[in-house]
Amino acid sequence: MIVTEAKSFVLVAAMITGFRRVLVAACAGCTAVCGVGGERQAGELADALRLHARLRGEVLDTEVRGVTRQCEPEFVAELAPAVARAEAVLTLGCGVGAQFLAEHYPGVPVLPGVNTRFAGGLAAPGVWEERCRLCGDCVLYLTGGVCPRTRCAKGIMNGPCGGAAGGLCEVGNATPCAWLLIWERLERLGRTGTLDEIGPPPDWSGAQAGPRRSGKGGGVE
Amino acid sequence: MNPDRRIIAFCCYNCAYAAADLAGAMRVPYDPGVAVVGVPCTGAIEAAVVLGAFEEGADGVFVAGCLDGECRYKEGNLRARERVAGLQKRLAEVGLEPGRLEMYQLSAAMGTRFGEIVAEFVGRIKALPPSRLGRGAAVKGGVPG
Ligand code: SF4
Ligand code: SF4
Repeated sequence: MIVTEAKSFVLVAAMITGFRRVLVAACAGCTAVCGVGGERQAGELADALRLHARLRGEVLDTEVRGVTRQCEPEFVAELAPAVARAEAVLTLGCGVGAQFLAEHYPGVPVLPGVNTRFAGGLAAPGVWEERCRLCGDCVLYLTGGVCPRTRCAKGIMNGPCGGAAGGLCEVGNATPCAWLLIWERLERLGRTGTLDEIGPPPDWSGAQAGPRRSGKGGGVE
Repeated sequence: MNPDRRIIAFCCYNCAYAAADLAGAMRVPYDPGVAVVGVPCTGAIEAAVVLGAFEEGADGVFVAGCLDGECRYKEGNLRARERVAGLQKRLAEVGLEPGRLEMYQLSAAMGTRFGEIVAEFVGRIKALPPSRLGRGAAVKGGVPG
């Protein structure tokens, strides 16, 4: 899923300064699962922002509304009445949600309340880890299901680089060497043969052609 | 009485609330200006409830739950403690002294301790100026419609 983190409260408070009626738009998708953008978090943030404003002698009214997903026009449209009442929208959806809101409601500033980090999964309770760089040219069939683009610090296709020590990547962060993981897994599967051929360098063209699109059933290969 | 400060105490029925009762039976004096609100478990106290108390003019809020390992629902008290710590940080960001919020842990048998907790917390709140959020002035956020 799309992993998001709360923006610093101080920054969010500064972003909405000057607006007297703010809609805090929650999203029940990924960002809610990340514990930063659901309706409950939106309510808490709205409460804190009102306290912050009142302590500074400012007037702030907040409204909290959530939708199933901010990345679908149909759901975004549900916010119309609430947006009409607001001077600004503070969204807790990911960057996609924020942009969909901005496109749908050109007349109102849309401000992001979260930072959108990466595509990842739950590694431990409350901890998400990146697993995919959305390269558009998936090589997991060659690499034993371990992504070298994402999990190797150098993103190299024909690893390992030779720098790993004690199973850890030389670049640091106590991260396991992705290429060691790839090797171990392929060995267990009896499929190390897939590494005999030197693979082509990573093809990032699928990732760099502007906003990427995907239709039902897959893209263009 | 404690007419110049408003203090809300969210007390778990299984420990602190019973301790407050016991304090009464034991004739342990404690500040009657503290409004004790019973809750089934401190883990059930949402951030919005605490922030709402401040928004409506509370000068101080404390949450009192069971001792470690004694929560009826296993870890409600631990969650409450984490939440309170997070909220103290949030209060500072908002512009309120984080010490206006505290978490205490005690058992149902600790009537005397309940009196001490109230005395400690009331003293702390009285050392601070009254909350600038004022009482009764709060309009819970929400644009009509
Ligand atoms: S190879 Fe590309 S698509 Fe496959 S997991 Fe890695 S980044 Fe994602
Ligand atoms: S040590 Fe392993 S993970 Fe780190 S850069 Fe080299 S090949 Fe990639």
